[in-house]
Amino acid sequence: MALTRRQAYEARVKRRSTTIAAGSTLAVIVATLILVPLAPGWPAVKKSFFNAEVFADTFPGLLNAFLLDVAIFAWSAPLIFVLGLLVALARDVRAPAAYPLRLFAIVYTDIFRGVPVILVIYLVGFGIPGLGLPRPWNSPYIWGTVALVLTYAAYVAEVFRTGIESIHQSQRAAAASLGLSEADTMRYVILPQAIRKVVPANMNLFIALQKDVALLSFIGPVEIFRQAGVYKSLMANFTPYVGAALIFLAITIPATRYADYLLAKQRRARS
Amino acid sequence: MTALLETRSLQKSFGTNAVCKGIDLSVGRGEMVCLIGSSGSGKSTLLKCLNLLEPIDDGEILLDGEDISIPGLDPQPVRQRIGMVFQSFNLFPHMTAVENAMLAPRRVHGKDRATLLPEITGLFERFGLADRMAHYPDQLSGGQQQRVAIVRALAMKPEIMLFDEITSALDPELVGEVLDALRELREAGMTMILATHEMGFARELADKVCFLDAGMIHEEGPPEQVLSNPEKARTRAFLRRLL
Amino acid sequence: MRLLLTTLIALPLATGALAQNDCANGLTLEDGKLTIATGNPAYYPWVMDDAPESKQGFEAAVAYAVANEMGFSDDQVVWVRSSFDEAIQPGAKNFDFNLQQYSITPERDEIVDFSVPYYSAAMAVLTRAPVVEGGAEATIDSLKGLIWGADANTTAVPMLGEVIAPEKDPLLYGDNTDVVEAMKANQIDAALFDLPTALYLSAVVLDDGVILGQFPAERSESPDSFGLLFEEGNPLKSCVDTALNALKADGRLAAIEAEWLSETTGVPVIE
Repeated sequence: MALTRRQAYEARVKRRSTTIAAGSTLAVIVATLILVPLAPGWPAVKKSFFNAEVFADTFPGLLNAFLLDVAIFAWSAPLIFVLGLLVALARDVRAPAAYPLRLFAIVYTDIFRGVPVILVIYLVGFGIPGLGLPRPWNSPYIWGTVALVLTYAAYVAEVFRTGIESIHQSQRAAAASLGLSEADTMRYVILPQAIRKVVPANMNLFIALQKDVALLSFIGPVEIFRQAGVYKSLMANFTPYVGAALIFLAITIPATRYADYLLAKQRRARS
Repeated sequence: MTALLETRSLQKSFGTNAVCKGIDLSVGRGEMVCLIGSSGSGKSTLLKCLNLLEPIDDGEILLDGEDISIPGLDPQPVRQRIGMVFQSFNLFPHMTAVENAMLAPRRVHGKDRATLLPEITGLFERFGLADRMAHYPDQLSGGQQQRVAIVRALAMKPEIMLFDEITSALDPELVGEVLDALRELREAGMTMILATHEMGFARELADKVCFLDAGMIHEEGPPEQVLSNPEKARTRAFLRRLL
Repeated sequence: MRLLLTTLIALPLATGALAQNDCANGLTLEDGKLTIATGNPAYYPWVMDDAPESKQGFEAAVAYAVANEMGFSDDQVVWVRSSFDEAIQPGAKNFDFNLQQYSITPERDEIVDFSVPYYSAAMAVLTRAPVVEGGAEATIDSLKGLIWGADANTTAVPMLGEVIAPEKDPLLYGDNTDVVEAMKANQIDAALFDLPTALYLSAVVLDDGVILGQFPAERSESPDSFGLLFEEGNPLKSCVDTALNALKADGRLAAIEAEWLSETTGVPVIE
C-alpha cells in the first residue's frame, strides 16, 4: 500500500532521528570505553573495583546473602502495608472520642518520617532487646523488621492518606445517601479506589524499602551488604560491592520501570 | 391527608451565605413535586437537607409525620428511606453496575447476593439495562450511568426519591432515556422530588411545581398555573429567560 | 691542608650519621616527616586514650620505635586517621604507613603492601558471665552451640567458620562497639576478637565480660599477624622492614609488647 505524502514525510523524519540517537549514544559509549582506561589511575581502580577473579569468587555468596534481603522484604512489606493503612485510617477518624488516636497517628508519622532509618534501626534493634527480653524475642531480625516497618509505615500512611483525600466528596455523599455507615463507606467505597490510585507511589516506596533492608546489617544479620563488606575486608577489594550493586539493580530497575509505566498509564487515564 | 415529607421554615446557611431562608414544602404520598429556579436558588441544598446530607440550621423536616431533623439524630436509618440521584451520577467506579446496586442492600440490610439477584435483575430489566449489569461505569454512556444510579437508589426500596438535576450533565440525545425512566417511576406511584430545568417534563407529569428564588419558595402550584400563568413577576422573568 | 684533613676525618662520621636516615630519604610523603595513620578512634591497648602522639599504647610505642630506628625524631612523626576502606582504596594515600591491627592475608597483599609482622595475635573468645553460668565451656563442642558475633572487617570472620563452625549463622557488625552492644542485648553469646582487644572489652567495656579462652596464634593455619600497611609498591617498605627486624633482633619489640600487652599471658588455651 502506498504511503500518503504525510506518512512518507513522517517515516523519513523518524528514520533520521533514530539514526541520530543511535549515533550519539554509540559515540558516548565508545568515548567512555576509550577515555576511562586512559586515566592514570585506571589499572588500580580496575583491580580494586572491577576485578573479574574476585567477582567470580564472591558473586555466588552475594546472591545467597541476597536471599535474606528478599526474605526480610517479603515479611516486612505486608506489615508495612497494614500498619500504614491503619495509621492513615486513624488520621481520617472524625469522632471526638477518637481524637487521641488521630493525634497519635499525626505524631507517629511526623516522628518516623523525620528520623533517618538507620537511627531507628539502631535504637530499636539494640535498645529494645537491651531492656532484657528473653530469646528468641530479642532477635535482631525481629526488632530490625520492627524498625523498618515503623519507618516505612509512616511514609505509606501518608501516601494512603493522600489517596483517601483524593477521592471526591461526591463518592462519600453517594454512599451516605444509600444509608451506608461511615465505616462501610470507607471500606467498600473510598479505600478500594484510594488504594488503587496510590499503587505507583507505594511501589516507589517499596523499591526504596528493598534497598533499605540492607541497613539491617548494622545490627547483625549478614545480608548482601554485610557479606560484600566481609569479602571486601578479606580481599581488600571493592569488587564485591559492585557485585552487590548489580544484584540490587537487577531487581530495582525492572520494578522502577514498572512503577513508571503504571504512573504513566494512570496519567493517561485521567486526561 | 398528612404529607409524606414536609418541611417547616427550613433554614440553612453556609457561613454567612443563607441558602434556604425558611422553606415550607409539602409532598404527599405518590406525588411528584418539581423544584425550579436558577442555579444558586437553593434547590440542590434543599434536596441535600432533605436526606440529611447537610444538617439544617433551623426549622423541621417531617418524614411521615416524624421529625427527622432533630440535631444528633442518627441519619442512616432516615437515608435508607429516602433515595437520591445526583447530577454527576456518582456511581462507584470500581464496581460493576450490579455491584453498585447490591452494595447498600448487602451491607445495610445484610442480604446476600443470591437473595438479591432476582430483585436487582428485575430493576435492571425494568430500566432497559439487563445487558449492562456486568459493565463498569466507564463502559456505560451517561444516560446508562444515570439509569444505573436510579436502580442503585431503588434497590434500597426507598419511600421517596430525590433527583438533583439528573439530566443536566447529559448530552441532549441522552436526556430522553433518563426522563423515560422517571416517567416509569411516576406511573409506578413513587413519591418524587425533582430539581430540574426540564420544564416540558414538569408540565407533563408534576403534581406541583415550586419556583425557588433567593432561598424561598416564591411561587407554587399546579404546573399549568406556575408554568403557564405565573402570578409573580420574578417567576415570569425566570421562565422568559429559559425560553 | 688541615682543613682537608678535618674534612677527611669528618666525612665518614657525617656519612655514618646520614646512613640511618638514608633509606627513608625522599621516600616519605613529606621530606623530613613520617606520616603514620591509625584508626578513628584508636582503641586501648593499642593506643591509650585515642592519643597516639602520647606514645602510650602498644601500636603508638611501636610506631615511634620504628620511626626512631629509621632516623626520625619524635617531632618528625605526624599522625593522621584513616578507616580500613580508605587504607585499601586505590589512589594516592595520605600516610606513609598505617597501623591498626591489620592482619596480613595473601588476598589483601595483592592490593596493598604489608611490612614484616610486628605482632602475632591470638584469637580470644569474649563472652559474658551469664553465658558461662549457663554452661558454656572452653571446648569446641560447647562453643559450637553458642550464638556468635564478630567485627565484619576482621579476620575473626573466616576464623569463626574454620575453627569453631557454629551451628547458627553468626551475626556480624561494623565495629567493636556494635558487637558489644549486641552482647549486652543478649543477641549474641560470644564474639571472637584478637586477644588484646578481647581483654580490653572484657575489662573496661563490659560489666560482666569473661574471656573464655584463646586460640594461640600458632593454632590456625595462617596465624593472625599484624603488619604495617603501605600503598601497593611503596618503596619505603624495605626501610621499615629493616627497622622492624632490628627492633626484633635486639629484643626492643618484645620489651614494648611486654610493657603494653603483658596481660595476654595466663588466658587458658582452647583445645
